[in-house]
Amino acid sequence: MPVRVEAGVKVWQRRDRNKQLAIWGGWFAVVLLFVYCWQIISVNTTWFFVWDSPRVAADIASRMVPPRWEYIYRIWDPLWDTINIATLGTVLALFMAVPVAFLAARNTTPNAYIVRPVALFIIVSSRSINSLIWALLLVSIIGPGVFAGTIAIALRSIGFCAKLLYEAIEEIDHTQVEAIEATGASRWQIMAYGIVPQIMPAFAGITVFRWDINIRESTVLGLVGAGGIGLQLSSSLNILAWPQVTLILIAILATVLVSEWVSAKVRHAII
Amino acid sequence: MLRLEGLSKRYRTGDEALKGVDLEVPKGQVMALIGPSGAGKSTLIRCINRLVEPTGGRAILDGVDVTALGSSGLRQARRRMGMIFQEYALVERLTVMENVLSGRLGYVGFWRSWFRKYPQSDIDEAFRLLDRVGLTEFCDKRADELSGGQRQRVGIARALIQNPALLLVDEPTASLDPKTSRQIMRLICELCEERDLAAIINIHDVLLAQMFVPRIVGLRVGEVVYDGPADGLSPDVLTEIYGEEDWAATIKKDPDEDKDGDGAEDSTEEHMQGLT
Repeated sequence: MPVRVEAGVKVWQRRDRNKQLAIWGGWFAVVLLFVYCWQIISVNTTWFFVWDSPRVAADIASRMVPPRWEYIYRIWDPLWDTINIATLGTVLALFMAVPVAFLAARNTTPNAYIVRPVALFIIVSSRSINSLIWALLLVSIIGPGVFAGTIAIALRSIGFCAKLLYEAIEEIDHTQVEAIEATGASRWQIMAYGIVPQIMPAFAGITVFRWDINIRESTVLGLVGAGGIGLQLSSSLNILAWPQVTLILIAILATVLVSEWVSAKVRHAII
Repeated sequence: MLRLEGLSKRYRTGDEALKGVDLEVPKGQVMALIGPSGAGKSTLIRCINRLVEPTGGRAILDGVDVTALGSSGLRQARRRMGMIFQEYALVERLTVMENVLSGRLGYVGFWRSWFRKYPQSDIDEAFRLLDRVGLTEFCDKRADELSGGQRQRVGIARALIQNPALLLVDEPTASLDPKTSRQIMRLICELCEERDLAAIINIHDVLLAQMFVPRIVGLRVGEVVYDGPADGLSPDVLTEIYGEEDWAATIKKDPDEDKDGDGAEDSTEEHMQGLT
């Protein structure tokens, strides 16, 4: 009991004694676990390499500067590919995510017992597989290149966009929908007038947010042969061309900065 | 024109919101529905246009049993019933004009409505109505830029552009200040008279109802307990509807109040100016 009477005064505490003890016990167990794990990690680590790491890092860093600026002419194309993969992937994903979202939202789904679970399953399966893994699969299915990357990005983004969108659909103001219904509007008109205007800001926000994420994700897709700047990165790494690696990293950083700026601008304009 | 026969609604939770309501509203009659919260007023008007599906009884509009209609028949019946909401229920992100035109959705096809290509006659009517409710210069504003009274006027225009025979009005003044409330009630009643519309107005404010509406129906836990003229509301009747309370101050007897209600027509213009 958090409230007890002591000498005629009601004393209130947040928790009673047993609960408090249990919480302390819980924290103690966490600390014990941490210490135990640390010990295992320590035994399994070759400490010689760890002590050596600052020297190795400094060595690589010294080889990485200065960046090989003239290599920039070789990466314009893959960089452009990367941006295209991200953009087209996002657009493709949206085409599929919008219907899935309407099927998954509790208030718009045509059937809550069959259609909705299927839509939710599409969302979960798309979200649970990383785009790098999608790319690995697709490169072996449809061959290496930009197309595999685009599809990988699209498949990964469906779940993300559909999930955020269906949550937005579920949160709409129902009286606006009722009002449109009361005019004698058809099912599609109710959607177009009662629901779509309400989710438009969420839709635009989700789009630029996902596009921004996809720019970053598509930079690594080349590592598994799915096109874009990552391909250049991995080949440079393989031939230990450190100055090229530096330049590519700088280029990626710049691209991500630009995409962040664009999406921030767009989001600001909508809200 | 509208006849309810034993209309009843039992929610899935087991609550009986309406217990066989019988009611008849002749053409052109404005009727106020009063009663405590939870008496089933909202449910009653939503059962008429089937935003809430009634579980028993019939609602007959111009000889058509609305409760028996299939989905396309229901859409046609809904066109004949304009609805006005407590929280206005405008589509907030659309413009005033789009909101008014959305009242025509039952008459135009999907693609016309999607591309906002409404027939010119609808657009003419929308301008006429906006002019009538005093919002002509607001037609390009977004609904969420308007004040409460202005929004309710848009809601009224949206209901009227349906060219209805009946208005279902759900607490039109509950979110408005006292002055705007009176203006809105006056506007609704005037428009009903102009167009010979019947109306069922749910309203909490007994005084306001007495001021504007000739016929009052009292609802209590889903049953009609009073149906009569506005000046028939005695303390006993109000106790019957709402329960024990000192009703002396609520009942209309002040002659000034009377004048305010009846002298409405000639002062409309002045009220319009107050709103814009």
